[in-house]
Amino acid sequence: MKIHIQYFAMLAEQRGLDDEWLTVETANLVTLYEMLAARHGFPLSRATIRPAVNDAFCAWAHPLQCGDRVVFVPPVSGG
Amino acid sequence: MSAFRLLDEALPDHAPFDVPVAAGAVVTFDGRVRDHNEGKTVQRLAYSAYAALALSEGETIIAEALAKFALSAAACCHRLGDLALGEAAVRVWAAAAHREEAFAGCRYIIDEVKARVPIWKKETYADGQSAWVLCTHHGSG
Repeated sequence: MKIHIQYFAMLAEQRGLDDEWLTVETANLVTLYEMLAARHGFPLSRATIRPAVNDAFCAWAHPLQCGDRVVFVPPVSGG
Repeated sequence: MSAFRLLDEALPDHAPFDVPVAAGAVVTFDGRVRDHNEGKTVQRLAYSAYAALALSEGETIIAEALAKFALSAAACCHRLGDLALGEAAVRVWAAAAHREEAFAGCRYIIDEVKARVPIWKKETYADGQSAWVLCTHHGSG
């Protein structure tokens, strides 16, 4: 299925892109993050990331659906 | 008007709401760009955000503060883009009948914004190097 991934902050820098559409075999956010982290050398462990789907934070167990917009939110540093 | 806003220009000086006459106290907090961080001399910094989620999470935090601390009004504005030393990066206003609630509500809002809202700071140092600041662990939501 096709999903839309948006990247922010250090992950956008590491990926060299702000967003991309990917065709993936998995509906699992953990598998997806580990795959992207390995492929692009993301320096952040999964424990430091909060996933968001369609502009809302969600659990890692949240199942992906076709067309979802996915963001792996790196540790925040506002203020 | 939204209680939580992201702004590309200087933050408003005054509370972006009409302070109710029942509010005997208004606490304002400014977070400013500091010239040092973890032993390094900071020259400037830039903020970026995941705007859609930052706005909804910010609104949630303000609503939580209004309920928890019996605030009569509250708001928070955060800058985005390049900031110079000494500029205000974030400003919080909390109004309540009495100062205890106003201070506590203001404190809650800035603490939660720093912990939960997807905004990121990239610092540039005097030696020309730059780095994303990883100062905060996510709240559990």
